[in-house]
Amino acid sequence: MTRSDKAATNAADAAPRAGAQTGATRAASAMDADTAASMARRARRSDHVATGVLAVLVGVVCLLTVAMVVYILASGGTKMLDWSFLTSNPSDGGIGPEIFNSFYLLFLTLLISLPLSLGAAIFLTQYAPSGPVTTCIKTIIEVLSSLPSIVVGLFGFLVFVIKFGWQFSIIAGACALTMFNLPIMVRVIQQALEAVPRGQRDAGLAMGLTRWETTIHVLIPSAIPAIVTGVILSAGRVFGEAAALIYTAGQSAPAIDFTNFDITSASCPWNVFRPAETLAVHIWKLNSESVVTDAAAISAGTAAFLVACILVFNILARIIGRALEKKVTAA
Amino acid sequence: MTTIEPETSGASATAAAAPGAAPADAPRTTPAERPSDGEHLLSTRDVSVLYGDNRALKPTTLDFDAGTVTALIGPSGCGKSTFLRCINMMNREIPHCRVEGHIWYGGVDVNAPDTDLYEVRRRIGMVFQQPNPFNKSIYDNIAFAPRRHGVKGRKQLDQLVEESLRGAALWDEVKDDLHKSGRALSGGQQQRLCIARTLALHPDVILMDEPCSALDPIATLAIEQTVRDIVATGICVIIVTHNMEQAARVSDRTAFFYLGEMVETGPTAHLMKMPKDQRLSDYLTGRFS
Amino acid sequence: MSSASNVTSESPGTPTAVGQAVEPAAGASGSGPKPGRGSSDAGLRAQGVAPKRRVEVRGKVLTGACVAVVAALVVALIVMICGQGVQTFTKDGVPFSKFLFGTAWNPTRTDADGVPYVGALPMIAGSFSVTLLSCLFALPFALGSSIFVVEVAPRFGTRIFRPVTEVLVGIPSVVFGMIGLYVIVPLIRSIVGGTGYGIMSASIVLAVMILPTVTSLSIDAIASVPESYREGSLGLGCTRWQTIVHVVLPSALPGILTAIVLGMTRAFGEALAVQMVIGSGGASVMPTSLFKAATTLTSVITMNIGNQAQGTLYYDALWSLAMVLLVMSLLFILIVRLIGRKGSVKND
Repeated sequence: MTRSDKAATNAADAAPRAGAQTGATRAASAMDADTAASMARRARRSDHVATGVLAVLVGVVCLLTVAMVVYILASGGTKMLDWSFLTSNPSDGGIGPEIFNSFYLLFLTLLISLPLSLGAAIFLTQYAPSGPVTTCIKTIIEVLSSLPSIVVGLFGFLVFVIKFGWQFSIIAGACALTMFNLPIMVRVIQQALEAVPRGQRDAGLAMGLTRWETTIHVLIPSAIPAIVTGVILSAGRVFGEAAALIYTAGQSAPAIDFTNFDITSASCPWNVFRPAETLAVHIWKLNSESVVTDAAAISAGTAAFLVACILVFNILARIIGRALEKKVTAA
Repeated sequence: MTTIEPETSGASATAAAAPGAAPADAPRTTPAERPSDGEHLLSTRDVSVLYGDNRALKPTTLDFDAGTVTALIGPSGCGKSTFLRCINMMNREIPHCRVEGHIWYGGVDVNAPDTDLYEVRRRIGMVFQQPNPFNKSIYDNIAFAPRRHGVKGRKQLDQLVEESLRGAALWDEVKDDLHKSGRALSGGQQQRLCIARTLALHPDVILMDEPCSALDPIATLAIEQTVRDIVATGICVIIVTHNMEQAARVSDRTAFFYLGEMVETGPTAHLMKMPKDQRLSDYLTGRFS
Repeated sequence: MSSASNVTSESPGTPTAVGQAVEPAAGASGSGPKPGRGSSDAGLRAQGVAPKRRVEVRGKVLTGACVAVVAALVVALIVMICGQGVQTFTKDGVPFSKFLFGTAWNPTRTDADGVPYVGALPMIAGSFSVTLLSCLFALPFALGSSIFVVEVAPRFGTRIFRPVTEVLVGIPSVVFGMIGLYVIVPLIRSIVGGTGYGIMSASIVLAVMILPTVTSLSIDAIASVPESYREGSLGLGCTRWQTIVHVVLPSALPGILTAIVLGMTRAFGEALAVQMVIGSGGASVMPTSLFKAATTLTSVITMNIGNQAQGTLYYDALWSLAMVLLVMSLLFILIVRLIGRKGSVKND
């Protein structure tokens, strides 16, 4: 359907173009008409060829993505739908604790990084004076966003795990993931705030309100659909991150017991000082130093579950974003 | 109640500014001198604006009185909006923009660092070129700012909302859907909502930056009527427009800006009939716009 | 001035015209806003700290603190990793040149001079090989798709292609590594022979991983070329393809270069996916073939840092590798900055 649209647009803008062309030809009366015509023909042919090549490239990219997703879901799909696989301990070939750990870690990470990045984004969009300090801060956030996640993990290892003595723990992992997540979230929120029409902010300020009040009561409510969408999408990235975690949250998943509410116990799920392997780390661990016999099947199942979760995040981000958008703009 | 002139005993300047009064300007004070209290509601003295090193507005001295409308006219890019945005210090929100000179209002210089910007802006409201109601209900569009300024109590707010909507001649049109989004209104209604929202703060001055340029002729006339109505309650309105008919219809006094300079000012009728400056007469005859 | 009718004026020094001019009119018209009018002239000059100003200061401090935390974290990261990284040279006394240009990595052994084998060059070469190769593989697809999406079929771009790349972005790197392990490595093995592990497998995996990054940034770059440029060229009778090659791509070049460098940054720093398909992680010599097990900075760090006791030379040398990784990503950012500056100068 998009193809036919395209064709329509082509036809539409081809007409004036052709007119211009003939006009130009007529003007250059000295020019050999035959040569001009053959040049134009060749140009048109190479135009068609190029468009075809581009279409093939795009097709490959789309097919590749679809093939990968299908491969992941197909190779691990049956395993993923096996309830005992999803609930049992890794010692029995399951991924129960990993699933819980992944979500718990994600929750803690958002808990830390959301307020921080909201504050930073508000400062950068509303308060930051244009000057060397702001440029410096922007550079710093850019640096953070392009740091390899393994480096962030190493820093977490050095500071949270060793210096602070937290050992391999959920909290150390959440802190490392926060650093990994912060630049993405700051950028998302910053863009969302900047996308609110300037008139909204001016209206608030012109009524004698502070930038703070204008931001909290006018800009953020308007920007909330974009913020929520961005946060969910970034949650997907956090959910699949492993490199920042292998030396902070650790690579072991001790069995957890949901009836245990002793927050200091290693088997209490809510204890933030216990080591916790996530789904992504589990996949890596299985495939790099595997001792389990059916590592391939388990990792395929884990990957299928992980990718399914991330797809759900993606879809949720869209649906919720659209619903909020409707709610914000509608009466 | 369209053109009730505020016949006040004490405010001589106001009387002088009324249409049909003596055309002569009130005697100018020397630029740096602080105007004596009570003479004008708002006075600018040598106000100029620089964007970086680029002077967008040459020193401008003007007086504004309660209960009058002053139109700022001129071709686009002539500095009239820039001047308007000085009065409530909205230029401070633009990076690298510097305002020089004095803006005397309520006995203080608005352009002084120790002035309470927020209080000044509460009292000097602004209506923008594009209607920009908040993404809130009609009720909240109006009640939002007063709430933030400390007006509490449901009853008080209800009353304020009604009063403000009446002031902007919008009450009868929206009184049954106060909880509909302000964005759901038509363009002209949105702009009147923006005026109502400003009225809710009980301002002394309302600055209007080409408030009708995004509206159709009928909505424009409604806004102009609203302007006359709110002026009749004693508010001072300063309106930027590039439409001379509008200036003639709505304003008591007019100031003509050209290329960043305030060229000529005077009572509107007089100014339009007998422009002193060649540039103004060229503008009026449509040689440029 | 003392005769001001404004009874509510609290500040004798600052009377106002407001009350005088307004009250009669307001009284006459009957309706209209009055309660707040002229009620507190004192408020115009900030006395002490006005409540609004206090709100603003509080907001500024609160958000400023968030920024400060972020900045402090990044500075701490750079300082601490470099602090650990230089220990190899300060504490263990390894000459810096031996580290940077040494071609053998096996920190548990020492050479004839008693200096341990901590040459980082094999890993640096490995990292650069996979980075450049993966960019080479990804570039035609990224550039082709972005041109197609912007210039040929914008609706296809927003409706289908963008969601597709978002899915691709969302796939975790370990899953890429796993697919590489189960698909690419056996494929290479069956075609070229050997183990199948190596720089080639890693580059292919990385190429797919950086594809969405490079593509979406290129799309932005191409889309930001002003429409008037295209119209100018089309109006002269050029075909779409001529317009793209001669007008659109040259003006989008800085943006496209930025996209490539950011893709390289991601490829250079990727750890787990590379480590899973590149082969060995222990001792290392200079890579000689694209199809033999090799090492990168990240793969060696990933495999070994958990196994070495703190304070040993091996441990310190690994941190030096981390430092190299860090410095390289800072260099990449510097390059992006330089491109950005040059681009903006050109546009002026």
